[in-house]
Amino acid sequence: MTITLDSKIPTGPVADAWNTYKSDVKLVAPGNKRKFKVIVVGTGLAGASAAATLAELGYQVDAFTFHDSPRRAHSIAAQGGINAAKNYQGDGDSVHRLFYDTIKGGDFRAREGNVHRLAEVSVNIIDQMVAQGVPFAREYGGLLDNRSFGGAQVSRTFYARGQTGQQLLLGAYQQLARQIGLGNVRLFNRTELVDVVTVEGRCAGIVTRDLMTGEVVSHAAHAVVMATGGYGNVFFLSTNAMACNVTAAWRAHRKGALFANPCYTQIHPTCIPQSDPTQSKLTLMSESLRNDGRVWVPKNADDNRPAAQIPEEERDYILERLYPSYGNLAPRDISSRAAKRSVDSGRGVGPLKNGVYLDFSDAINRLGRNVVAERYGNLFEMYERIAGENPYDMPMRIYPASHYTMGGLWVDYELQTTIPGLYAAGEANFSDHGANRLGASALMQGLADGYFVLPYTIGNYLAPMLNKPIPGTDHPAFKEAEQAAKQRYQGYLDIKGTRSPDFFHREVGRIIWDYCGMERTQQGLEKALSELPALYEEFQKDLRVTGDGNSLNQTLEKAGRVDDFFQLGMLMCRDALEREESCGGHFRAEYQTDEGEALRDDEKFAHVAAWEWTGEPTKSVRHTEELKFEAVHLATRSYK
Amino acid sequence: MSNHLKNLKLKIWRQDGPNTAGRFEDYVIDEISDEASFLEMLDVLNERLISDDKLPVVFDHDCREGICGTCSLMINGQAHGPERRTATCQLHMRKFKSGDEIVIEPWRAAAFPIIKDLMVDRSAFDRIIESGGFITAPTGGAPDANLIPIPKPVADAAMDSAECIGCGACVAACPNGAANLFTAAKINHLNVLPQGQAERYKRVEAMVETMDEYFGSCTNHGECEAACPKEISIDVIALMNKDYRKSKVKNRKELSRG
Repeated sequence: MTITLDSKIPTGPVADAWNTYKSDVKLVAPGNKRKFKVIVVGTGLAGASAAATLAELGYQVDAFTFHDSPRRAHSIAAQGGINAAKNYQGDGDSVHRLFYDTIKGGDFRAREGNVHRLAEVSVNIIDQMVAQGVPFAREYGGLLDNRSFGGAQVSRTFYARGQTGQQLLLGAYQQLARQIGLGNVRLFNRTELVDVVTVEGRCAGIVTRDLMTGEVVSHAAHAVVMATGGYGNVFFLSTNAMACNVTAAWRAHRKGALFANPCYTQIHPTCIPQSDPTQSKLTLMSESLRNDGRVWVPKNADDNRPAAQIPEEERDYILERLYPSYGNLAPRDISSRAAKRSVDSGRGVGPLKNGVYLDFSDAINRLGRNVVAERYGNLFEMYERIAGENPYDMPMRIYPASHYTMGGLWVDYELQTTIPGLYAAGEANFSDHGANRLGASALMQGLADGYFVLPYTIGNYLAPMLNKPIPGTDHPAFKEAEQAAKQRYQGYLDIKGTRSPDFFHREVGRIIWDYCGMERTQQGLEKALSELPALYEEFQKDLRVTGDGNSLNQTLEKAGRVDDFFQLGMLMCRDALEREESCGGHFRAEYQTDEGEALRDDEKFAHVAAWEWTGEPTKSVRHTEELKFEAVHLATRSYK
Repeated sequence: MSNHLKNLKLKIWRQDGPNTAGRFEDYVIDEISDEASFLEMLDVLNERLISDDKLPVVFDHDCREGICGTCSLMINGQAHGPERRTATCQLHMRKFKSGDEIVIEPWRAAAFPIIKDLMVDRSAFDRIIESGGFITAPTGGAPDANLIPIPKPVADAAMDSAECIGCGACVAACPNGAANLFTAAKINHLNVLPQGQAERYKRVEAMVETMDEYFGSCTNHGECEAACPKEISIDVIALMNKDYRKSKVKNRKELSRG
């Protein structure tokens, strides 16, 4: 199959593209909007904001979440903040600068047009969220406060204590709840997407499984939005919530949506190190801590003294030394690798020597304990609860962990996947962060897509479909998909092997982390690509799921998700293997500078890799979309 | 370094479905690290149950960092267990000692029917929000965010209430199964802000009356505040009651004006 990946960015200067698009876009008249049904899968920031806005406009909306309530989505766990080019601090920020920082932070592997639009609408997001009552932090004069974040030299991050994601999600959830209460949105909770249905090449709807009863049901619609988050849980240990999974995106991929840049995964530098083998997830400590915390390790490998007894001259403040102009606020990928190198060289701290210090003693001396408590009190408490140590008295111990995935479903400028009528928003798509996402940009992108992009672009697709019939759920394509889903879940029950889905999840996660984690090599990736299919075969022969498929069965839900992680994991390794360069979160040990920094190959790899499913997890086909840089110059990223 | 707890006796509520009778079942955890979280201990138990070809214990959980509000266990009669200001997912085994008996039950409240084992249905909370827990601010028409300065103490007070994670511990801890702390926190978050004034009295009337359809009445026991993992102050209930009383006059006045 020949596929041309047309990004559909309006011609002309990138700074004008979004205005040009909006001037030319087809509209659906207010009275006609109710004739269209749109399905939104996922109710995080992107999904809830899209569902609420589409319903406000007048579309019929069905929203789906596998949680008990939309408010549980994992957007809620984002701590640090949300970027916007408001320049309220008068420190030289602008739309162009946010655009540039995001392109540069993404190591020149994101599409200019999408990123510029993101920077433009960032200012609307803050206005919108304040109007909804999000209690952002304020100065005593009553105006909004900002903090700075990694990869930026301005203060453009808005925050609500250490719970910015929670407050933004509650804002979006409340707008969604309002529409549910008004009857404009039908909410299906505890319901999981198990397939996407296409008829004559267009997305016709979805098939879901009711997690309470196991019932498999079809839903037809004019358009479907996937706002189903990222796939970081492929690593098993990550900062994602336990239920985060790739199933929805993966099922769309198997039905024809290309999956872009799966190897671009972000390892977050400031997580609490693993303390015990039974651990099921890692906890992130907000990157905002790096505003006042200093990262260091002992200069000597065998220094086992407590932190306080190590004199200043025997400490190595690694980020300040290596990246003087950004210091402790160097971007995430760069900071993570610096920590990894310290631990690998035997200078790790803590009982398992698997962390680096994040030290607040200077900040406490300079600002006083109260100011530090005001800024980070709840994060300090959280740390103490988990690690059992008080960060006011001894430095935190941190280490990188899988946190966010930049790759995802390929989308064009309209956020449409390669299946017409199927859209992807938020972390589920690949579009805005290139090979590395800057801190406080995930919330910005989720809300930009849901509030300010999809409501325009979906109308452009729907307008020509006015008064034309669409396939109903009695169409054979829906019946086939239902049948396949039922067989799939019955299949897991029928294996009757000996090992749980969690066992396999842990194993697949270990392989991916070892060979496709923070540092990758050709040899390692090839090893992963031989180990994964073997383990997958075992999964298919030796899985054990107790219980049945006609009632609530969390083990069965997990089995389906782990199955899809296997298939995705193989694609990640292939993508990482074929991308023979280092960029952002994708670090190939073979391609580095003398100083150990990522070495890009713009000649060969200034493109998006988008993969086509062919029926065999190891035989997907790679397509490319060239990235053109017109508003910024390709440059070597330097944060020194 | 981590220590290990030995010989924990668990009494766990097992119930097959909403309309079946439940019972306690006993399990023993021979050994577990004190670095493990409480839910990781249950994960270990569940893996063992699956390998014994038995049904694992169903419980709700997700973020495991105390913010999503999905986890919900009554541990030795205390909502979210013995540690203050902590949701079950952040409770660690270092709070227990070898040989302890631990009784694990679901939230028990008429408005939260049991779905299976330790999982309950808390969608009544969503009904309360749908009835008025929002500011009507359709996308697109918002003025500049700095147009209305909000005094820091007001923004802080709104945030104190807005921290509610919607877990339902307040309801589970209340002898009456009342949801006043949850509802009042949600109302107070919006009612103290300038943006929330236009719908202030309409909001409180609708939300309180929806709450009353599902939940018991508040008699000021204060158990809710003690159980709340975010330590939301019971003061918000007084503020809600004040606004609710006023709403009966204010909302009628607004109508007569129209």
